[in-house]
Amino acid sequence: MDTLDLGGLFLHFLLLWFLAIGGPSTIFPGIHRYVVDVHHLLTNAQFAELYTLAQVAPGPNAMYVTLIGWHLAGWKGVIATTIPLLVPAATLTLLVGHLNERYPNAPTGRALRRGLMPITLGLVFASATILMRTVNHNAYGYLITFVTVAVVLRKPWNPLWLFAGGALVGLAGLV
Amino acid sequence: MKQTESHKPKVSRLELFLAFSRISLSSFGGAIFWARRELVERQRWLTEREFVDVFTLGQLLPGPNVLNLTVIVGHRFGGWTGAVAAVAGFLGWPCLVVIGMGMLYQRYGALPQAQHALAGMSSVAAGLLLATVIKLATVLPRHWRPWLFGLLAFAGVGVMGWPLFWVIGALAPWAIFAAWKEQD
Repeated sequence: MDTLDLGGLFLHFLLLWFLAIGGPSTIFPGIHRYVVDVHHLLTNAQFAELYTLAQVAPGPNAMYVTLIGWHLAGWKGVIATTIPLLVPAATLTLLVGHLNERYPNAPTGRALRRGLMPITLGLVFASATILMRTVNHNAYGYLITFVTVAVVLRKPWNPLWLFAGGALVGLAGLV
Repeated sequence: MKQTESHKPKVSRLELFLAFSRISLSSFGGAIFWARRELVERQRWLTEREFVDVFTLGQLLPGPNVLNLTVIVGHRFGGWTGAVAAVAGFLGWPCLVVIGMGMLYQRYGALPQAQHALAGMSSVAAGLLLATVIKLATVLPRHWRPWLFGLLAFAGVGVMGWPLFWVIGALAPWAIFAAWKEQD
């Protein structure tokens, strides 16, 4: 962890968040690649654990980057990973929000939205499969994942119950 | 524009901060449900239609979509300072909670029980994301082109492991051009 380059981390995360059209899960692979594969700041297992911890916390799911920052470098890490989350969202949101209030039915906006939507969905699907392969090591893990999918699609239950169930199966030593 | 101005309620910075604190602190596993409940049903700051518009805009913009919604709504009711108040409420609490969790993880993360429990919960987290994609995919038009672009984006990043930047850069111009051509 001595080789941690906080400035580089900050800039890379900033660039990634500008690309995060359609939500934070689109850049999940990019963050995973930078932190685990390229710079070896965390192992695959550590990354998966920090990501999951953040899912259990209230607030936006993207807060896992804050947790990664805290784990790597304390408060400085929190700043280096959390500010990039805000900057593109704030600048572009205010700019586009302003334009959109003036010209609500501009064809450019509609073409952008319709064109980018499928790419966004493809990227979120990629994130989901990468996450699934990262966290699951045996058939029970995959079973929990698929049961979760089935329940979420059919029942309006609070996902916290599923997390509790997953924790119990984990404690039983099955995954 | 006139019409939206006319029924725009007066909202203070403090009210913005408190409302988005409530949304943030109650939103386990997805903030959008709670944001709609607070802004449309409880506070009645936005109509259903306005909420959908703001949410779509938030999804189109980079970053967490509910965070974008927070900035837009804060800005609409209180200008720049309103946006800051809303974001402080929405991000401040989870930031503190997550840091608390980070401290616990650093101290107890190596315990085998904690690791076993986390492993089970990770599998649930993966399932939640998969289910979300499946739900979202139902809004895609029944036409081969959007599905092809979606499939290419998935294959490039999820199967080939190429960097996001190049995959988006290669696909986005064509996808936007095709959508543009399709309009009358």
